[in-house]
Amino acid sequence: MDRVDGVDDAFIELDGVEKVFEVRRKTGFLKRERRQVRAVDSISFRVERGEMVGYIGPNGAGKSTTIKMLTGILTPSAGRLRVAGIDPSRERTRLAHRIGVVFGQRTTLWWDLPLVDSYRLMHRMYRIPDARYRENLDRLVELLDLADLLDVPVRQLSLGQRMRGDIAAALLHDPEVLYLDEPTIGLDVVSKARVREFLRELNAERRTTVLLTTHDLQDIEQLCKRVMVIDHGRLMYDGPLAGLHEAGESERTLVVDLERELPPIEAPAPARVVRVEGPRQWLAFPAAESAAPLVARIAAEYPLVDLSVREPDIEAVIAKMYAEQAGRAVS
Amino acid sequence: MGSGRLYAAVAAGGFRRYATYRAAMLAGIFTNTVFGLILVYTYLALWDERPHLGGYDQAQAITYVWIGQALFKTLGISGGGFEDELMERIRTGDVAVDLYRPADLQLWWMAADGGRALFELFARGVPPFVIGALLFPLALPGDVMAWLAFLLAVALAWVVGFALRYLVALSAFWLVDGTGVVQMSWFVGWFCSGMMLPLNVFPGVFGDIVRMLPWSSVLQAPADVLLGEADPLGTYAFQAAWAVALLAAGRLLQSMATRRVVVQGG
Repeated sequence: MDRVDGVDDAFIELDGVEKVFEVRRKTGFLKRERRQVRAVDSISFRVERGEMVGYIGPNGAGKSTTIKMLTGILTPSAGRLRVAGIDPSRERTRLAHRIGVVFGQRTTLWWDLPLVDSYRLMHRMYRIPDARYRENLDRLVELLDLADLLDVPVRQLSLGQRMRGDIAAALLHDPEVLYLDEPTIGLDVVSKARVREFLRELNAERRTTVLLTTHDLQDIEQLCKRVMVIDHGRLMYDGPLAGLHEAGESERTLVVDLERELPPIEAPAPARVVRVEGPRQWLAFPAAESAAPLVARIAAEYPLVDLSVREPDIEAVIAKMYAEQAGRAVS
Repeated sequence: MGSGRLYAAVAAGGFRRYATYRAAMLAGIFTNTVFGLILVYTYLALWDERPHLGGYDQAQAITYVWIGQALFKTLGISGGGFEDELMERIRTGDVAVDLYRPADLQLWWMAADGGRALFELFARGVPPFVIGALLFPLALPGDVMAWLAFLLAVALAWVVGFALRYLVALSAFWLVDGTGVVQMSWFVGWFCSGMMLPLNVFPGVFGDIVRMLPWSSVLQAPADVLLGEADPLGTYAFQAAWAVALLAAGRLLQSMATRRVVVQGG
């Protein structure tokens, strides 16, 4: 992202941020081995106000550590980090009034008490003016369809209901930025769609900056124009979602149905047969190339019955990226 | 103050959370009454043999039993307060949610435990005490001031008890399995607060030491205020000193914990 001498609209800024944990491992009865784990390794990026950015990576890649540094509950070991101009770990409480956080696998709601009790607590905790609290609550209850759930103890809510309840709790104080850590994990298709729809509206209407961490690439595809990929604590990709295909050297697949079972098609490189199953064969070729010459050649030389082209699966692209990174790390 | 309203809301939530479990409340009243009865007959046997043991007459000894039953759950003398939940949150990493809030961790849990304690005082403290008073002649003061003095001592006892249990709970940041520490704290809390026997009965250096420890301000101190065996102001000073020291230790441990410890679960 381009920047104009520090007066850009960057809302979240990271410059060479690192987080090193010291892990002590038991190696004997009383012996401990100290080891340093670099959970986040020199990450720099900036997110502008009103952007909606996907932050993805495999388990243990450093996503949650980054989010925790952005909320101020973890202090970076090195580098510079600012959210809304605030250094999170130094002014955690001041920043807390301006951010909202949803951890998909944790809840901020009071387990034993009706949902609305947790909201009343947020009212006090964030010192939300009464009128604005009422207004925000009414709006969130309507948009997230919570009206029938307000008096239900949180422990009786389904996962999808609880997640909507948690999202509302994170937004009552009108945060300028929302961190979502796996907001759709474990949700059914309908609940997922509902959460995504809500986030899209939130971002469009309120210009709330959203940083979304997820394993579900559909979340990203449907919500984010920009995606950042992190692995082993390093930022491996930062750009438009479409660009991931090029960066990951992804391939499309041509599925060919022949009249009968035949040996693998002799295709011109770099296209190659990756799978044969009876009369059906799968050929991989670079996503950037046209399928036409390949199709023409096969049609000319083989008894072709039917064919289809499959677009690269973004998950496969990312998996390939991780694998390459791991390969480089080993060599 | 705005934050005063927040912690009042947290305390109110703590109160209501415990109030939702009615069956547990009834079971608790039953348990405390039965334990009270067992202890009463044990003490009666003891005080028959050794009248004025620890400076108490028989009625005072029986009164002491029912004070103990009233405060046992209220002050979490052998656990059962907020600390189980906080330790679980630390173990699972849910404490991250508590940490990013614009609130202080210690005050938050103190408020929550205050709400709980207030509920337990009425729900599980008063009923066994009333049952005890109906069944046995108790040595209770007649004037309101003595009762108010007692309640203030109970409030301070709760602060000390909270501060001790907060230290126990924070150990979960360092220990993956805190069961040992918790069980130890139950036993120490139970014995050293005077749940088994009033600390007054222990002779010599052992008695002197055990009466100086913070746990003695949890049960022995308020009991002696109600029984007219201790000067309230001196008792308050003793309790307040421990409260301040232990709360400060909790703050220190809290800042160490949040600075150095990886929150579990990535």
